[in-house]
Amino acid sequence: MDFADITDQVVIASRLSDGRVVFLAAEPDGARGAWRLSLDEASVAPDDARAQALLALGEAAAREQHRVVEPYLIEVERTASGLRPVVYRERIRCLGPTVRSDLGKQATEAGEV
Amino acid sequence: MYRYDEYDRALVQDRVAQFRRQVARRLSGELTEEQFRPLRLMNGLYLQLHAYMLRVAIPYGTLDARQLRKLAFIARRYDKGYGHFTTRQNIQYNWPKLEETPDILAELAEVEMHAIQTSGNCIRNVTSDQYAGAAAGEIEDPRIWCEIIRQWSTLHPEFSFLPRKFKIAVTGAEHDRAAVKVHDIGLVMRRDDAGQAGFEVIVGGGLGRTPFIGKTIRAFLPKEDLLSYLEAILRIYNQLGRRDNKFKARIKVTLHETGAEEFTRLVEEEWAQIKDSSLKLPKHEVDRIARYFEPPAFRALSKDAPATEARMARDRDFAAWVRHNVADHKIAGYAIANVSLKPIGKPPGDASAEQMDVVADLADDFSFGEIRVTHSQNLVLPHVERDRLPELYDRLASADLGAANVGLLSDIIACPGLDYCSLANARSIPIAERITERFADRERLELIGDLQIKISGCINACGHHHVGHIGILGVDRKGEEHYQIQIGGSASENAALGKILGRGFSAAEVVDVVEKIVETYLAHRNEGETFIETYGRIGQEPFKERVYGAA
Repeated sequence: MDFADITDQVVIASRLSDGRVVFLAAEPDGARGAWRLSLDEASVAPDDARAQALLALGEAAAREQHRVVEPYLIEVERTASGLRPVVYRERIRCLGPTVRSDLGKQATEAGEV
Repeated sequence: MYRYDEYDRALVQDRVAQFRRQVARRLSGELTEEQFRPLRLMNGLYLQLHAYMLRVAIPYGTLDARQLRKLAFIARRYDKGYGHFTTRQNIQYNWPKLEETPDILAELAEVEMHAIQTSGNCIRNVTSDQYAGAAAGEIEDPRIWCEIIRQWSTLHPEFSFLPRKFKIAVTGAEHDRAAVKVHDIGLVMRRDDAGQAGFEVIVGGGLGRTPFIGKTIRAFLPKEDLLSYLEAILRIYNQLGRRDNKFKARIKVTLHETGAEEFTRLVEEEWAQIKDSSLKLPKHEVDRIARYFEPPAFRALSKDAPATEARMARDRDFAAWVRHNVADHKIAGYAIANVSLKPIGKPPGDASAEQMDVVADLADDFSFGEIRVTHSQNLVLPHVERDRLPELYDRLASADLGAANVGLLSDIIACPGLDYCSLANARSIPIAERITERFADRERLELIGDLQIKISGCINACGHHHVGHIGILGVDRKGEEHYQIQIGGSASENAALGKILGRGFSAAEVVDVVEKIVETYLAHRNEGETFIETYGRIGQEPFKERVYGAA
């Protein structure tokens, strides 16, 4: 079975300057994007074609603007409290160490600086 | 302790300046990530799950108080108030910023520290016995030889691009606390028939996805030939080591594929050509290095310690701490005090900046300013007056550093696992925390005795699970964390690889399984038998039956 086409995806990366985890938020025209610290501000690609386009935008931005490193796609699901990565590795990546709830994104407001 | 000479100082400062320029060029976009990655790795800077990670070298696990205070300062100023001590006797910071890393390295250089040889396919930071210079029965302080190896290996032009990383461990004691048999080269100090000190040379040990116990390729090597022999081994490895497959590139595979006999022949042949070269260590140079490791000014003390004895008689917590955390010192009236970084329910090996400052102060007040880092992720104050142990214990305990569990079941080695590491498949730390919570009762811990649990979050085996009496390996199974259990491994002088018990378990099941294994041991053991001895006698079957039920 291939669920790839019906899964929501976002582009995740590490911010070059400090290594913080960021997400790609594309402009409505799809030609430019910004990197956000909050998963809920990420652009969600609802199918694989649009996910690939989003990834291409992220990779180009990584290459040309030197703001992020290693962008890639992750699957997310929509929950009452916002977007949530499907795979536990990415959930940990988006929250912070499970053994230190005082650290990482889980410890700060979505609008962290 | 060894102090930098002008050469070392210039080298480290040049490296900081160079990296500062490289970081600036990366941030400006002049360098791509592909170009920059090897440069940052050469300076110990990795990119992990949540942030960068900086690995700082602590050569042969020896620190002074001033250096430990600097590590605390860096944790506070540049990181999130803590550091993680590793199985390589190093410290890792989990949250440094790339843009601040040159400043961190400059701070480190002020106290003669750096991140060189903590990454890349070079000869890595040499590790050693944490009791070096303090252990009773030691042939020589192995750090003299570690430092000689460090000077030879740092930026060695011929060995800067090896097939894969290369780890050397040295011990001067009979009892192996440095896991030398699972290193690329393990050196054990020995005496020959004439009473001369030298080395047994063990090659090709290693963990990871293809674990091997090292093989002795030379039973006795005279000391002055150490560097020429190491160079011969490295040359043969550099020529034969595979570069086609990263997973088959370590010397353990070279040795295995070439055959120990043939490999040894090649090394000896190479060595015959270079043994009388400039690599032959002149005595005056060895003596010069040895002077850096001269013992501190020990006082003449009675071997009696009345205050410690009296406190032990009335304070069970203290008595337990002395039993498990204190080891015999070679000098009468002195003791080696282990500082456990394994409090119940906390990440193994983590220390807060405040705790580092406390240990630095205690080192100054009790241990001639010296601290050691152990490969089992604890700290050591190597030279403490035995009768001052009560005072030391009280100050440790008030900083949450008084756990009396060194060598016991809750003294768990665990890699950072999926809580931090981008290579991991599963979490390690929460498993360690839950096991220590389950086995929190001291009487039960003492009843169980010497039982080492080691946990890795992936097959790279940073948590040494292959050589745990009980080894736990985290894997990903269909998108869930899953854990394989193996038993019977050992990292001691009787090094052995554990054997997988059977099918793996979910995170929820693991602690129960560990408990069943422990219960099986307790049910079967003879008087005075340790876990590994009972296992050696009864084998895996009884454990399997208990864990999986009768077949």
